[in-house]
Amino acid sequence: MSGSRDKAADASSVHWPARPRYLGWIESGVALALFACALVTVLTTLGILIVLGAQSIAFFQTAGISPLAFLFGNSLKPDAKPPLFGILPLIWGTGMVAVGSSLVALPIGLLSAIYLSEYAPRQARSILKPMLELLAGVPTIVYGYLALLLVTPALRRMLEPMGLRVETFNALAACVVVGIMIIPLVSSLSEDVLSSVPRGLREAAYGLGATKFEVSTRVVLPAALSGVLASFILAISRAVGETMAVVLAAGMRPQITLNPLTSIETMTTYIVQVVSGEASYGTPKYLSLFAVGLSLFAATMVLNIISGLVLRRFREAYQ
Amino acid sequence: MSTPVDPGQRHPAAQPPELDPVVLSALGLSVWYGQTQALRDITIAIPRNKITALIGPSGCGKSTLLRCFNRMNDLIQGARMGGEIRFDGDVISGDIDAVVLRRRIGMVFQKPNPFPKNIYNNVAWGARINGYRGDMDELVERSLRRAALWDEVKNKLHRPGLDLSGGQQQRLCIARTLAVEPEVILMDEPCSALDPISTARVEDLMDDLKNDYTIVIVTHNMQQARRVSDLTACLMLDDAGQDGHRTGILAEFSPTDILFTNPKDPRTEAYITGRIG
Repeated sequence: MSGSRDKAADASSVHWPARPRYLGWIESGVALALFACALVTVLTTLGILIVLGAQSIAFFQTAGISPLAFLFGNSLKPDAKPPLFGILPLIWGTGMVAVGSSLVALPIGLLSAIYLSEYAPRQARSILKPMLELLAGVPTIVYGYLALLLVTPALRRMLEPMGLRVETFNALAACVVVGIMIIPLVSSLSEDVLSSVPRGLREAAYGLGATKFEVSTRVVLPAALSGVLASFILAISRAVGETMAVVLAAGMRPQITLNPLTSIETMTTYIVQVVSGEASYGTPKYLSLFAVGLSLFAATMVLNIISGLVLRRFREAYQ
Repeated sequence: MSTPVDPGQRHPAAQPPELDPVVLSALGLSVWYGQTQALRDITIAIPRNKITALIGPSGCGKSTLLRCFNRMNDLIQGARMGGEIRFDGDVISGDIDAVVLRRRIGMVFQKPNPFPKNIYNNVAWGARINGYRGDMDELVERSLRRAALWDEVKNKLHRPGLDLSGGQQQRLCIARTLAVEPEVILMDEPCSALDPISTARVEDLMDDLKNDYTIVIVTHNMQQARRVSDLTACLMLDDAGQDGHRTGILAEFSPTDILFTNPKDPRTEAYITGRIG
């Protein structure tokens, strides 16, 4: 009995040699390397925050302006004497583009997500989804000159007969193209969460005599709602941060207006304007870049955090 | 190896075994998923106010057959049906409005699938979309009582349905089905995700429900088929064709006590004694 056990042990030491001790070192090395990669993103974020923060403090000191006056001042004249740095017009312009493009992108994106997830036959879906995602790959500056050369002339043809004046650079064209640009964000992410709703829920609803529309809007959509909202917020934060399309479409006139047919300026546009101008190093105008950048960073970060919280609620509902 | 059958022979066992009023029937029913045939030439008549069990080895098409009765297979792209299905005498296998049909033929699924809504709205949902005009509170209470769940949930109707235990969730799904007042309830392995105590409760419930409803249940559990059903249909896979694919056929359909004690078909006997499947 014990003899046969020894024999088995012998055989196993031949076929299953002890694993070398250095495997543990390799394992630790791998973990360290992976950690270092993860650290790069964290350090980058921290670095950006530190640079933006330090330069913003320098800005508030040299310009002699309080953060509140900066955020809520309604006059932005960096070249005036003395210069005025109230960025409310920029915040207003940014908000206008965010809201306007959402009005375009959220309904179209959500409805196409519902179509792709619930209605489209498999073949249609396999063609349409990649095409929609292709929209996201178009360089944003292309959207910008499309706004300038196609959207604005079209708006003119439509609105000027009604007696409305459409400026060459106008907020509406920016809203339309940024809206089109962020449709794929909404539709692609929403489609993912809609189609991850368990099939059992759809079957339950169909089994009770629900139509496809009822299943889509009264079971699938509510079940996926937090994921859909997260995709909305992500798209909005993309619109807030969008630069080149807005520079080309909306122009550079910082003003607080409700008229979308006139030129406005967003935070990102202001940064482009200052960078491409000749503000010399250390001047308040130069430093204002960083304060605007920090505000923009804070805005998109808040939106991303909200989106993360919303998504977490969705995961809790469906493990 | 199963015994070869004369291909020209219609299944003699596939006649209505009793002279009960037939509520659902299939005549020469075949189902394909794309190019693959899942069921061939099923003829079966399901009597009213009885529990009919569908048993058979995995992949023999029990669930496919069940899902033909409420046209649930329509949701699967590429699924096709040949032959005829009748419900209360009307042909339901052709171009009909499955939405209307599914209210009258309810379904309970393998995995409890309550909506992510509260208990009350889980029960009320189906009634609401079907435009129920009566007293909703009364309907919800009646359905929950009928599903033997009322006493456990009456004080927490506004708690999420997903907070209930698995067995309670399944009875909630039964209550939800009862709330649209169907005539037939199709059950697709309703107890396979439940523990033995919850299973016993659902089985008791089925026995109680058959006074008012016709129940067709797919089960992998032969003891369960024996315990709850009045009639049992045993499906089998035929011998592999040239493409190596095997298709589901109906081997035998008899009163449950006869099928389990004195099966006529040798394949049924092999299956219920555990030699195949």
